[in-house]
Amino acid sequence: MSLFTVLLWILVVPVTIVLGLAASWIVRKVSALVQWRVGPPLFQPAYDVIKLMGKEILIPEEANKSVFMMAPLIGFVGVLLLSLILWNALAVQRPFVGDVIVAIYLMVLPSLALILGGSSSASPHASIGTAREMKLVMGYELPLVLAFIVVLIKTGGQLSLAGISQQVPVLSISGMLAFIVALLCVQAKLGFVPFDIAEAETELGSGVLMEYSGALLALWKVMQAVMLVALPFFLMILFLGGYGTNHLTGVGAISAIILLIVFVVGRFMSGRSKFLDVMALLSFIGICILAGLGKYVLILVLLILIKNTNPRLKIDQAMKFFWGFCTVTLVVSIILASLGNYYNVSWL
Amino acid sequence: MSWKMWSLKKSIWVFHVNTGACNNCDIEIVNCLTPKYDIERFGIKLVGSPRHADALLVTGVVTLQALPRLLEVYRQTAKPCVVFPIGACACDTGIFYNGYHVAGPVDKIIREEDPNAIIAYVPGCPPKPEAMISGVMKALSAI
Repeated sequence: MSLFTVLLWILVVPVTIVLGLAASWIVRKVSALVQWRVGPPLFQPAYDVIKLMGKEILIPEEANKSVFMMAPLIGFVGVLLLSLILWNALAVQRPFVGDVIVAIYLMVLPSLALILGGSSSASPHASIGTAREMKLVMGYELPLVLAFIVVLIKTGGQLSLAGISQQVPVLSISGMLAFIVALLCVQAKLGFVPFDIAEAETELGSGVLMEYSGALLALWKVMQAVMLVALPFFLMILFLGGYGTNHLTGVGAISAIILLIVFVVGRFMSGRSKFLDVMALLSFIGICILAGLGKYVLILVLLILIKNTNPRLKIDQAMKFFWGFCTVTLVVSIILASLGNYYNVSWL
Repeated sequence: MSWKMWSLKKSIWVFHVNTGACNNCDIEIVNCLTPKYDIERFGIKLVGSPRHADALLVTGVVTLQALPRLLEVYRQTAKPCVVFPIGACACDTGIFYNGYHVAGPVDKIIREEDPNAIIAYVPGCPPKPEAMISGVMKALSAI
């Protein structure tokens, strides 16, 4: 392994965290723009995390202390491992067979950590949130795995992420149906609005995270930010044909660095932060498209728009939705995909 | 100034405690979140749990019923935190002065629990959203 690759792998974790914080700023900023507000400044997620790092850590008296402290670490490590596997498939192209199955297992880890943390924190609100999170996990895991089976059929039984990312299953009817359902499952995994049943700010306080404070809460926030990178990347590899390199990629990366420096300097020099922030948002999206991450931006914007145009479901409605509508849709699309494979019709 | 206070100023998460208000101040607090005032510009966010909070917005005169609850919420808040008594009643008991059900103004009660508490007042009946924003900003620049 050359020195360059070693440096690259050392850089991957901070880059993922920074990208995640930027993505969570985009979520808040676009939500604000949809609601005709101004929204938070560019560094707001970073400020939040730094502030939480400096706060006191309170642990409830009746809580199971070791599990309570370990849970955010487990979730954070899980989501970082997931993003490493995805970067490995996206950028380095040195994957191993079966990494897609590892990725599916690792995707459960953050929800599992949330369940552990919520149930060990000895709070009635957190335990209600935990119960809802468990039901939600059971709800969306089945359609997600079925959607993965559709991808498997469409790509001819490939079990490595790099192999799957060579093909674009979304350009067929069954692949499109599977993509829509998987997008909704990712919405539920991220805990975004129609499925934010476990957090439910207005009725449960903040549900599973209720008793967390200080650095532990900061870890949860960073974990959720990194999930905003990892899960859309996973969808992108599975359905949309992965990372699209073109001749503009290098130009995009260089202009990204220059523009980022300009905005960081401008943010501190000028008082007109509203204008600068909107420009930063637009340039971030533009850079992503230039650097071949346009598909990532597409998925992120779809997630944000679903988030901002829907009310919260009840847990029984969510279960019925996932096990009824989504599962039936996917069974239909599996049949369509098999028929398409059998008769060699690629658009089915 | 330590980095803790610097970052606290940049992102204030607010928990709203009603200790017996007439709902007027509460409506004005929610008004701050609307597109017209949009306090998310300053990184201020309403959170649902005192464990996440950096500031307690206390509205209303502290009744004897609400007294132990207010102290419990203050103890549950992660320090460093700022207490904002919002409105005339919370600042100095207002028209309920010497009432039979009144435990006292918010600052006195919090100081008995924690003598070093950071307290900033926003008077008014109810205070305007502009008054609240300027109160929070002045308090933060004074820390």
